[in-house]
Amino acid sequence: MSDDILVMQGITKRFAGVTALHEVSLTVRRGEIHAICGENGAGKSTLMKVLSGVHPHGTYDGDILFEGEPCAFDGIRDSERRGIVIIHQELALCGQLSVAENLFLGNERSRRGFIDWNRTNHEAQALLDRVGLRENPTTPVNDLGVGKQQLVEIAKALSKEVRLLILDEPTAALNDDDSQHLLDLLDGLRNEGITSVIISHKLGEVTRIADTVTVLRDGRTIETLPAKGLSEERIISGMVGRDLEHRFPPRTPDIGEEVLRIEDWTVHSPAQPDRVVVDNATLSLRRGEIVGLAGLMGAGRTELAMSVFGRSYGVGISGRVVKDGREIDTRTVRGAIRHGLAYVSEDRKKYGLNLIEDVQRNVSAAALDKLANRGWVNENEEYTVAERFRKSMGIRTAAVSTPTGTLSGGNQQKVVLAKWMFTDPDVLILDEPTRGIDVGAKYEIYSIINDLAAQGRAVLVISSELPELLGLCDRVYALSEGRITGEVSREEATQERLMQYMTRGQS
Amino acid sequence: MTTKIAPAPAAAPPAHSRRFSINLRQSGIYVAFALIVVLFAVLTDGALLQPQNISNIIVQNSYVLILAIGMILVIIGGHIDLSVGSTVALTGAICAVLTVQWGLPWPVAVLLTLLSGAMIGAAQGYWIAYFGIPAFIVTLAGMLVFRALTLTTLGNQGIGPFPDEIRSLSNGFTGGYLGNIGLGPLGGADLVSLLAGLAFVAGFALSQWRKRAARLGYHQTVEPMPVFVLKIVGVGVVVMAVVVQLARFRNLPWVLVLLAALALGYSLMAGNSVFGRHIYSIGGNLQAATLSGVKVKAVTFWVFVNMGALAALAGVIFAGRLNQAGPTAGMSFELDAIAAAFIGGAAVQGGVGKVVGAITGGLIMGVINNGMSLIGAPSERVMLVKGLVLLAAVAYDVWTKRRA
Repeated sequence: MSDDILVMQGITKRFAGVTALHEVSLTVRRGEIHAICGENGAGKSTLMKVLSGVHPHGTYDGDILFEGEPCAFDGIRDSERRGIVIIHQELALCGQLSVAENLFLGNERSRRGFIDWNRTNHEAQALLDRVGLRENPTTPVNDLGVGKQQLVEIAKALSKEVRLLILDEPTAALNDDDSQHLLDLLDGLRNEGITSVIISHKLGEVTRIADTVTVLRDGRTIETLPAKGLSEERIISGMVGRDLEHRFPPRTPDIGEEVLRIEDWTVHSPAQPDRVVVDNATLSLRRGEIVGLAGLMGAGRTELAMSVFGRSYGVGISGRVVKDGREIDTRTVRGAIRHGLAYVSEDRKKYGLNLIEDVQRNVSAAALDKLANRGWVNENEEYTVAERFRKSMGIRTAAVSTPTGTLSGGNQQKVVLAKWMFTDPDVLILDEPTRGIDVGAKYEIYSIINDLAAQGRAVLVISSELPELLGLCDRVYALSEGRITGEVSREEATQERLMQYMTRGQS
Repeated sequence: MTTKIAPAPAAAPPAHSRRFSINLRQSGIYVAFALIVVLFAVLTDGALLQPQNISNIIVQNSYVLILAIGMILVIIGGHIDLSVGSTVALTGAICAVLTVQWGLPWPVAVLLTLLSGAMIGAAQGYWIAYFGIPAFIVTLAGMLVFRALTLTTLGNQGIGPFPDEIRSLSNGFTGGYLGNIGLGPLGGADLVSLLAGLAFVAGFALSQWRKRAARLGYHQTVEPMPVFVLKIVGVGVVVMAVVVQLARFRNLPWVLVLLAALALGYSLMAGNSVFGRHIYSIGGNLQAATLSGVKVKAVTFWVFVNMGALAALAGVIFAGRLNQAGPTAGMSFELDAIAAAFIGGAAVQGGVGKVVGAITGGLIMGVINNGMSLIGAPSERVMLVKGLVLLAAVAYDVWTKRRA
């Protein structure tokens, strides 16, 4: 009993009708590295947010025992006081401040309200030594690379006398050397008696460093296995072993000739111009075809799509976009739209909709010129168009004059789709088209996608949900670390096979 | 396994009640304006609504109202312009140099002044749109730079007097081309002014009617007939009341004619043109607008060019009104214009606002200024009240938004 530092039992967490965690249990032994694996959306991050108090006590069901005592955290400060520290995927550092200031942010070394700089820098140096980061504590965090920033985060955790360290995808943004260093550090901390929980998609890392692996799927605990001798294939089968009872609308593919080909596409990260995000990717789409793009978080799916669509992401982009046999210029969004491309973002609230405007004005936003005569918009035509899409796509709203911010996720997604359908594209790139949408609305979105293909358009679907890709697509490309690592037809595609491609080439 | 039925839209309020509540929020500003007018009409024993005083309110606030029209577009686009006060001073000085010192004919001089204003706007728009410096910084710099250029141009003195035509644009009135007509107990009134007022109201009614008919033709919902008629009658009565008072005094101020044309033109532009729509979409969600193919940079640039040109127009009118271009002209006009836009319902984060709202916001401040000086309130108290009104207006907006 006292061997277990953490016991989570029967954790159930619901968001507005969607059950994110269902009776999840997790037991972590003292001094081990415990890996949590699962597909995107399996509930890993939610579980960690419950543990760290981001989702406070009372918003979930179930019990948490930390070092044998029941916990009821109201916020992240509560959990940190007990020695549970979470390091998120997006680092929470103030870039302008120095390393030392970041280490003691909210926990300042001070005397009578004034910062004790000597003590701050001295203690910071000691912490940096512990994590093996050779940097001056007065260096601004922005001057460090992502790998070193990650180490600063860990040093910050150590400053809080951490007993349980939680890392959410710690190596997703790191190169091989930095990843290696980080894993070595975790190994060292284990020897000091610090327990770690690590969420990772990189199964190679998991099998190498973890002592125990817990697999989550669809918000449930599937199994907890000792990591020793565990194969990646074994973990994958646990991650994907979901029943394929999802219902997809029936469809008879009618596939024509190639309409779009992306050749030798390479994109670099704007934050780190020497880091390759998309690596020499080549893929093609045919008329009437639904093609999937599978990849784990950080594989470069969205980056690939957005860089093609008007260079909306990335620097140092090279490669060709060929449409109907001719190279086209997609350097601007307008150019991409003019050549019949459409991109539906994975984040509809941030990139897709003007939430304070109504349905009508959102539907027309990408093709307002079509409704205009010499620069003047015909609002009545605009209304007719919006009304037509409202009916044909089943956008459930009292009127097209309703602000889109008040619609449900599924209906918002339909508005975004309507906006792009109104541009009459030949190729649609749909990035996570069913994210955050309930099951009923998903079916409707699938039907819309099928209709788009039936109209002779090519659709590229980016999705984290493998069953969705299998149920929807004629062909699926797998992307791993920016490279196309595989291409499988509908007949050959299985989740296991895709998952192998998606994790291929990862250390 | 039962087929999951999509949940019914959760108790959506019936369309008409929602429509009404939206109207209430948007029309709050007009109701407030009406209440303020009534309040000061009572406090001043009706002096506020005397013919000459109404004329004064319009003429004295014309330049701030013109600035407010440009400012609301800037704010809808998610920016701010702090330089307009200095631009008013500089363009006034330019106009003075062109007419008084160089002796250019007044239409040429005015045109060149407007052009120079547009270039001032273009210079700032370049840094904001294409270089990516926040508008707050660029126009704060512009505020200093253009004031400095004004002082360089004028030295420490004013230049004047202006040609009569420019003066009458600011201060003058339409001529009594058709003579006066008796209005019984109200005495004589200018016939042209009355006809112009009637034509305006008739045009408004006709355009609203046609718009309604077109909407009905497309099977869209429209406001019920009584509400529609009430709206037309209400606008007609207010417009005619103002026009009658003006006609009894000295006819229509030219600047009112200009303002009416600007208000109409810019309202149409903001609401119905592709360019206007793009301003709203940029302010509403910059990323979504970018990914929808809106030329974000070009639109932002032209919004500032437009602001510069309107500031130049205000500069000409202000200088013409004082009959001299002075080095301190336009001090803190930017704050009045910004306040007018926010009182008129603009949102700080952009994407929301109406030209008519900004004009109403400007008039609210104008009436408070005028009414309080009529009752002999000291200027510090006027300032205090204007500050509180600005805060209250935005607080109301935030409150209604939070409730929604």
